[in-house]
Amino acid sequence: MSPRPRGATEPAGERELLSAGDVARTIARMAHQVIEKTALGAGTTAPPVLLGIPTRGTPLAARLADRISEFSGVRPPTGALDVTLYRDDLRRRPTRALEQTQLPVSGIDDRVVILVDDVLFSGRTIRAALDALRDHGRPKSVQLAVLVDRGHRELPIRADYVGKNVPTSRAEEVAVRLSEVDGVDAVVLRSDVITPGTETS
Amino acid sequence: MSDQVLIKGARLYGEGDPVDVLVADGVITRIGEGDVAEDAVVLEAAGKVLLPGFVDLHTHLREPGREDTETIASGSAAAALGGYTAVFAMANTDPVADNSVVVDHVWRRGREVGLVDVHPVGAVTVGLKGEKLAELGTMAKSAAGVRIFSDDGACVADPLLMRRALEYSTALDVVIAQHAEEPRLTIGAQAHEGARSARLGYPGWPASAEESIVARDCLLAEYAKARLHVCHVSTAGTADILRWAKARGTRVSAEVTPHHLLLTDERLSTYDPVNKVNPPLRTEADTEVLRQALAEGVIDCVATDHAPHAPQDKDCEWTAARPGMLGLQTALSIVTETMVRTGLLDWRGVARIMSERPAEIAGLPDHGRPLIEGEPANLALVDPDAEWTVRGRELASIAANTPYEGMRLPGVVSATLLRGRITSRKGKIE
Amino acid sequence: MKHLLATDGLDPAFATAVLDTADELKHTLLGREVRKLPTLRGRTVVTLFYENSTRTRVSFEIAGKWMSADVINVSASSSSVNKGESLRDTALTLSAAGADCVIVRHPASGAAQRLSGWLAETGTVVINAGDGTHEHPTQALLDAATLRERLGSIEGRRVAIVGDVLHSRVARSNIHLLAALGAEVVLVAPPTLLPAGVEGLPVTVSHELDAELPALDAIMMLRVQAERMTGGFFPSAREYSISYGLSEARQKLLPEHAVVLHPGPMLRGMEIASAVADSPASAITEQVRNGVHVRMAVLYHLLAGEGES
Repeated sequence: MSPRPRGATEPAGERELLSAGDVARTIARMAHQVIEKTALGAGTTAPPVLLGIPTRGTPLAARLADRISEFSGVRPPTGALDVTLYRDDLRRRPTRALEQTQLPVSGIDDRVVILVDDVLFSGRTIRAALDALRDHGRPKSVQLAVLVDRGHRELPIRADYVGKNVPTSRAEEVAVRLSEVDGVDAVVLRSDVITPGTETS
Repeated sequence: MSDQVLIKGARLYGEGDPVDVLVADGVITRIGEGDVAEDAVVLEAAGKVLLPGFVDLHTHLREPGREDTETIASGSAAAALGGYTAVFAMANTDPVADNSVVVDHVWRRGREVGLVDVHPVGAVTVGLKGEKLAELGTMAKSAAGVRIFSDDGACVADPLLMRRALEYSTALDVVIAQHAEEPRLTIGAQAHEGARSARLGYPGWPASAEESIVARDCLLAEYAKARLHVCHVSTAGTADILRWAKARGTRVSAEVTPHHLLLTDERLSTYDPVNKVNPPLRTEADTEVLRQALAEGVIDCVATDHAPHAPQDKDCEWTAARPGMLGLQTALSIVTETMVRTGLLDWRGVARIMSERPAEIAGLPDHGRPLIEGEPANLALVDPDAEWTVRGRELASIAANTPYEGMRLPGVVSATLLRGRITSRKGKIE
Repeated sequence: MKHLLATDGLDPAFATAVLDTADELKHTLLGREVRKLPTLRGRTVVTLFYENSTRTRVSFEIAGKWMSADVINVSASSSSVNKGESLRDTALTLSAAGADCVIVRHPASGAAQRLSGWLAETGTVVINAGDGTHEHPTQALLDAATLRERLGSIEGRRVAIVGDVLHSRVARSNIHLLAALGAEVVLVAPPTLLPAGVEGLPVTVSHELDAELPALDAIMMLRVQAERMTGGFFPSAREYSISYGLSEARQKLLPEHAVVLHPGPMLRGMEIASAVADSPASAITEQVRNGVHVRMAVLYHLLAGEGES
């Protein structure tokens, strides 16, 4: 389906919010923000560790690390942190397959850890990630980078780095597509897809 | 006041035109049209088959000792409802029927209940231990008049002891009935030794454990010129051995249970010990051969091996369960399903295997008689086309361990008469 | 609810999912300080063992506890069982007391299936930890996990199971699972230790161990119990060992990559030479290690999600 022009009114279906080019620019901007906020490259502080939350947080974290490396000359260690085992809604759904957890060799103790995810919604995934992180070690601090913040927080959680703020209604869904997973880069808004009990992130 | 019973419009052995049969004073007085007393009980028999009352050579009435599962009274009721007019109650009671006191009790109690002729079977060895001969002579000459002796439940495994039992029996003109199971080959056995038990990890009960004893006993019986009866034949191999032995003139007879005609070790996949029985359910191929052998007369008759068990002995893991199934009330239906519906036997053949041959083997003068005027009225009236659903709780036995739970079966016993008196009618005891 | 009672008829997709989860669990726990996951918090798991077994019971207990479940152990010597309480009553009592899951080991084949029938109305999940000589599904799963790890794949591999197959639930469970996952299974044993009706199983049979060795990717040695000698299954320990023992000399006939497995406990010098058990080809300690992760994965797949899956 060809992307419709942005801003056009839609009754139902998909609307593209970010094109492939937009996604790339957004990630680049976030990379600069990370470099600035963490004072990357200055002094002897170790670079932050980027942990992607699977599925799409993982390639996002890798891309972010690439851009950071490109702009600052320092490559942050990256990894993946699956939160399935820590979710608070397991009993409400059929059993989920686990995703990969892979921490960098340098570990997370006394490091600034930046959790990376595609969409921030209720905040429960991030809360699960904080619980998971705690069992792996003791970071110096934890920050959060998301490509899209769509509002509707159910917990007191906020992102440090936001690619794009997208106000949504509960009935809508924001879908991030990344070529590593979906074959294409895009962020789309989908209407009439949310049914009660569908996953919130 | 007469005791006349008019059976109206039945077909004798399922053959010929329907006729009226008048019964009075314990005998068939008339076959055909004629006067009937006003107070005669009329049994509407249109579409039904009249057969001689069935004789079960192998049943467990559990009294004395396990009256929580069955008594002579409840077992007699089950028998009458199943079309039986005589049953042989096996000796593995508690105390064992290895003396005249126990057999006399069973005999007298059976007569007291009066629903079926209960003939106690005497043990071959004291306590069924297989070591010492029991007092066969005393039991034969007692009021109970024991005609069949068996250690059933256990095998008379010692060849010397079996030889002596057979020899001794010739003076008494009685039959030694063997539960053929070489105990050294069935230690810990749970199910037929084959692909299914291999898969499920159940220690096996090989067919050769039965066949080796049958072959041995046929040779011993021939040598002693004694009468041998083989209980619950379960393997195709045993049928072959019987054919061979009979061809040589050995005086051997054999019985098969209804469940061995229908059920197989495929039932193991239910893990439900209601299907656990000794000898075990075997393969489809075995059931085919057994049906054929029964039709040919290589196996002489059907015997139920009716074995009531308490719930706690079946509602457990397989290895802890006791073997055995109810059979008295479902026998006719299983025979209808496996032998009549398949075209292997007609109803005259059913009369032979359920009534005439067993009566002959047991030497009963009044049962399994031809359906002609003057003969004792021990009769079973069968509806060949009716069907019923088996529910363990609804059967007359105190126990409810039937493997046919919930199954819809053909062939219903409409009425049973014992010496001219109606004992069961339309599924109820009279 | 779903149970794990047998590998015979087990959906290969489910088995693979369990192995994948076990893998992930292993990685996620590696190098961690806190070897605990909150996933089964609030779930009550009872191990009901009618046969003594330290290794399997401890493995299940650790698995449950690492998933934050409450694990309670009931052994046959405990009072109510000794007072003659039936298996059915014991199971219903445990379920009524709050067990979400009963892990049962029992000497009667089919016991786990019976248990699942009696507990059908209660929603309690049953895991078979070994029933008679019938099945031991978690053992087969951990064996498969170990093979997958060492060989990279199971499909198309040739695995021999050597020894007392007749009395072995480990053998039966492995036969069905390996066949379902696409391996070729060959049983090697004297005729007396093979079940009659073995031709009904998805295996080939051989009585000559030496002839089979060069083509194997893995060899699983079964323990041979002393009682089998008195039962006439084979004349002597010496003859058994000579014909069917995995000696150092025999190990040389195996391909380089071949993996040696044993469900334990081993009779060193009888079915397996000490040096072979300790050689790099032996994956015996990995089996035990994988046992915990596999059992955690089984608990996860049966207890973490909603109802039927």
